Amino acid sequence: MNGGQDLGGTHGHGPVRPEPNEPVFHGDWEKRAFALTLAMGMPGGWNIDMSRFARENRKPNEYLDMTYYQIWLAGLETLMKERGLVAEEEIEAGRSLHPAKPVPRVLKPEDVAKTLHRGGPTERDTNTKPAFEAGQRVRAKNLNPVTHTRLPRYVRGHVGTIERVLGCHVFPDSNALGKGEDPKWLYTVRFDGRELWGDQADPTTQVSVDAWEPYLEPA
Amino acid sequence: MSGHDHEHDHEHSELSETQLRVRALESVLIEKGYVDPAALDLLVETYEKKVGPRNGARVVAKAWADPDYKARLLKDATPAIAEVGYAGRQGEHIVALENTPKLHNMVVCTLCSCYPWPVLGLPPVWYKSAPYRSRAVSDPRGVLKEFGVELPKDTDIRIWDSTAEIRYLVLPVRPKGTEGWSEERLAELVTRDSMIGTGLPKQP
Repeated sequence: MNGGQDLGGTHGHGPVRPEPNEPVFHGDWEKRAFALTLAMGMPGGWNIDMSRFARENRKPNEYLDMTYYQIWLAGLETLMKERGLVAEEEIEAGRSLHPAKPVPRVLKPEDVAKTLHRGGPTERDTNTKPAFEAGQRVRAKNLNPVTHTRLPRYVRGHVGTIERVLGCHVFPDSNALGKGEDPKWLYTVRFDGRELWGDQADPTTQVSVDAWEPYLEPA
Repeated sequence: MSGHDHEHDHEHSELSETQLRVRALESVLIEKGYVDPAALDLLVETYEKKVGPRNGARVVAKAWADPDYKARLLKDATPAIAEVGYAGRQGEHIVALENTPKLHNMVVCTLCSCYPWPVLGLPPVWYKSAPYRSRAVSDPRGVLKEFGVELPKDTDIRIWDSTAEIRYLVLPVRPKGTEGWSEERLAELVTRDSMIGTGLPKQP
């Protein structure tokens, strides 16, 4: 979606302000929002692409006004409410008002290390061959889905070079919609800064994105 | 009341509201049996105490000290990093990027907050915020200046936008004057920002 999250190349956000000696979490609520988000993945049954869409799918002004853990929290609430796991009136009351839904699994303390260590690899075996090879020129398609996608606006329509073939990976555009993993070949595509930002751009800059095959066409 | 104070108060009250909401949500989820509070504590403890940029610093120092390890890291970083004991969530597929005096790599996620957790821990606020995500790809030299980094004009800058599940770790240039140093001593020079590409290692 062309939402508030797709920030590459936008203006007006002001300077970057690194915080010296920044703590891992700012306050207790960030710790709890973080842990709840990670822990609810198991009983909730959603995937990372659904999570990302739940976070970004809101008014751009709202997205830009929230801190990152507020966005995570809002995304988590959306995912849980969509599945009937929790209701707004329960959050307001601070207690359960409806029977709990049966969930497949709950994250137990003894499983935390194992679960984090396993992570969620996205590369999949395939019988298909990649359509592109390193060194080939490709154009990022002009795609504008209203649903989740990982092709940022600033590269759409631009020509770059395949730098690496990264294997066949879960395709977020499908996975976010619950339409299956539908693995596709993934590539690092490198663009010249002037191709993206015009002749006035710094000639020493190159930018790459990782793009799935359906995002690309031969150039 | 000045604009700034007003903004501060506004932020403050919104945060209090968020704090209360998180507490309420946690109570509901525990009551329903969806989450185990001991697992929540363990998740926080893991990323507060165990997983952080010192992990990545060990990897970088090892690559500086051991040419064979460096070759393995640059060829296929995920197993090379697993050798040192780091793997898993948000680091399932890692690529290491070698800086040279002629090439400077810098990592961003313009679409969200993708970051190599097993080696760098959780991302700092600026990495997830609009100013960095918007300008890292279009004005990297301007962004680097805001970090106090000025590169020679003829150094090529390469920005890696983490748009898929590949996570990037920058291997900074080994500082001069560190010949014969142990890995432990070298690791002290490796800053978090030098592994994102928004900083340079400390000089001895």
